[in-house]
Amino acid sequence: MTTSEFDSFRPPEPARRRRPGGKRGTGRRNSGDGSREMPMVPEPEFTSYYGRPVVKPAPWGDDVAAYLFLGGVAAGSALLGLGGQLTRRPILRRNARLSALTAVSLGAVALVKDLGRPERFLNMLRTIKVTSPMSVGSWILSAFSAGAAVSAVAEIDRMSGARLPLGPLRTVLQAVEGPAGFEAAFFAGPLAAYTAVLLGDTATPTWNAAHEELPFVFVSSAALASAGLAMVTTPVHEAGPARKLAVLGVAGDVIAMRVMEHRMDPVAAEPLHQGKAGAMLKWSERLAAAGGLGTLLAGRNRAVAAASGLALLAASALTRFGVFEAGLASARDPRYTIEPQKNRLAARRAAGITGDSITTAG
Amino acid sequence: MGQLSGPTDPTADAHWEHSHPRKGFFTDTSICIGCKACEVACKEWNHNPQDGNLELLGSSYDNTGSLGASTWRHVAFIEQGQERITEARETGRALVNLGMPRIGPPAPAAPAATDLAEADTTPPDTADFRWLISSDVCKHCTHAGCLDVCPTGALFRTEFGTVVVQDDVCNGCGTCVAGCPFGVIERRSNGTVKVATSREEQHTEHPAVPNVGVAQKCTLCYDRLVADETPACAKACPTTSIKFGNHDDMVETARERVAGLHAQGLTEARLYGANELDGVGGTGSVFLLLDEPEVYGLPPDPRVPTADLPRMYRRAGMAVAGMVAAAAVAFLKGRA
Ligand code: SF4
Ligand code: SF4
Ligand code: SF4
Repeated sequence: MTTSEFDSFRPPEPARRRRPGGKRGTGRRNSGDGSREMPMVPEPEFTSYYGRPVVKPAPWGDDVAAYLFLGGVAAGSALLGLGGQLTRRPILRRNARLSALTAVSLGAVALVKDLGRPERFLNMLRTIKVTSPMSVGSWILSAFSAGAAVSAVAEIDRMSGARLPLGPLRTVLQAVEGPAGFEAAFFAGPLAAYTAVLLGDTATPTWNAAHEELPFVFVSSAALASAGLAMVTTPVHEAGPARKLAVLGVAGDVIAMRVMEHRMDPVAAEPLHQGKAGAMLKWSERLAAAGGLGTLLAGRNRAVAAASGLALLAASALTRFGVFEAGLASARDPRYTIEPQKNRLAARRAAGITGDSITTAG
Repeated sequence: MGQLSGPTDPTADAHWEHSHPRKGFFTDTSICIGCKACEVACKEWNHNPQDGNLELLGSSYDNTGSLGASTWRHVAFIEQGQERITEARETGRALVNLGMPRIGPPAPAAPAATDLAEADTTPPDTADFRWLISSDVCKHCTHAGCLDVCPTGALFRTEFGTVVVQDDVCNGCGTCVAGCPFGVIERRSNGTVKVATSREEQHTEHPAVPNVGVAQKCTLCYDRLVADETPACAKACPTTSIKFGNHDDMVETARERVAGLHAQGLTEARLYGANELDGVGGTGSVFLLLDEPEVYGLPPDPRVPTADLPRMYRRAGMAVAGMVAAAAVAFLKGRA
């Protein structure tokens, strides 16, 4: 180490992982007082290039996490709307249809807002690509929105005493309202599930490692959120199915989340338990459990139903934001890219599979 | 749509009728001198704006940081001591011992006269210190995660087998950024950078940042390839560390080179991206590295996420069925 009179002009050294090649990662979380001495024999280390990320996090803001939530609410609401339509529950049907349209519209706005070039959002529909969950999702969203809009407009027209200036279109609207409810419900499931594929089909370590179970987490979350919203908006005598769906959703959500964390690569699962994401997911589980219990025990009480419904909505939002944040955090830390990859490479080599490595001797 | 994984010819998969031979790079990091001529040439040719502040990053001579929307070539500098050099040599030797696929000509047999086992194989001047320098670039993957997930079709496969963004089509959804297993492609932000006050005037003269909000990365100089020219970075490279040519020739050259280095006892040399059986079906840009890939900031076992897409869709389908069933149950039994 040389010193010179110009040393004071050097920029401050980066705080962490200064030494390239042989630096210690955040891997072994030790007491962290920083005063530990380097062991003489280095334990197996995780190296990175100056601690810089290997993959880039998606340039998505909270709008996208909000869309994950709103899309789920819309999807579940469309299913409840169809159920109300088929089982003659006019209030549930009306409220669910209006919820579906509101949620999907807000969600679409959030999605467009997050584009780098919002004015080009229609470019999403210039092609259809099955290899792109984003492309498939845009089509699902469009198809869903059409059905949700028609059935909701029919409700609005009815509520306003047929005062919408529709003219001869009113008969058409009344004729297609039922089929539109079916159409929206048909695309509801895909709308709730495709976002899980969208996140899973990335190089973002935590999302990618979760790809097997994430769809189940997302549809459960959608079910409990939309059921929660229906419990808030709809009187208890018509909200019976919503309560059942809420309980089923909570069960699905808690189980799917557990299974997901259990089956994921343990390193890639860490961001789900740490920091902001960890806190959100913990609270999400608590609120879901509370909402589910409230529904089960006293769901026929209007006040309890509304409170439980709010808890469920909050739980779903926290699940989405938590999973979203955990993924971004995993992309920002090279450890989550490098360690699972090194481990799986080593495991394959140990199993005698040596032909599929990107690094070769010649 | 062609295959989602495994060895394939990407140009044919993209249904090009008159496909040219696939083009690619072989970046031989063992002879890179870190002059950054490639970085500069790329910026100049592609009119890429300044990337971030002008500041020292404290990472050897690398003040660029990483590949990004406005940096399509990035020269990495790594300083290593004796211990790490030994380790690198061992991990390289381990690769050889694993019987990694070796296609193409075998290593030239060592002349019997010189007994290499006893020869001092340490290259001069690097006995206890070495500088790893590597010019990184988009890999132009056989199975490109970025291209697979792009919903607008802005990213496409050219007739040269390379992957290019059409900046007038991209709507900046950013899916490709998360889809790239190498962290290459990035959405260009408005490029506003704070510069030292003394440079302020100078900076305001800079031209406006083009293509704000759309994804940007190396085009393998598509505009030059169609005119039968060498990419700017390869042309500017004074040591031929960046070699450009037909992909097959590049892979062969790389194999010869690594065999030569091994024969000299430099077992730390290894290839990155030359194996078409790897997680991305082999890369268009092949590298010769002198240490583990993660040392250079490269992923050790990248896998194109789309390879698992059929499975993801199936799982999603099951989840959808579950959701619909739950709703049905809620209504059927809710009748009472
Ligand atoms: S390295 Fe990344 S940006 Fe380049 S072709 Fe492959 S996936 Fe696309
Ligand atoms: S940001 Fe542009 S290039 Fe990237 S996936 Fe979206 S539309 Fe395609
Ligand atoms: S091929 Fe062209 S665009 Fe790509 S890094 Fe080289 S100069 Fe830049």
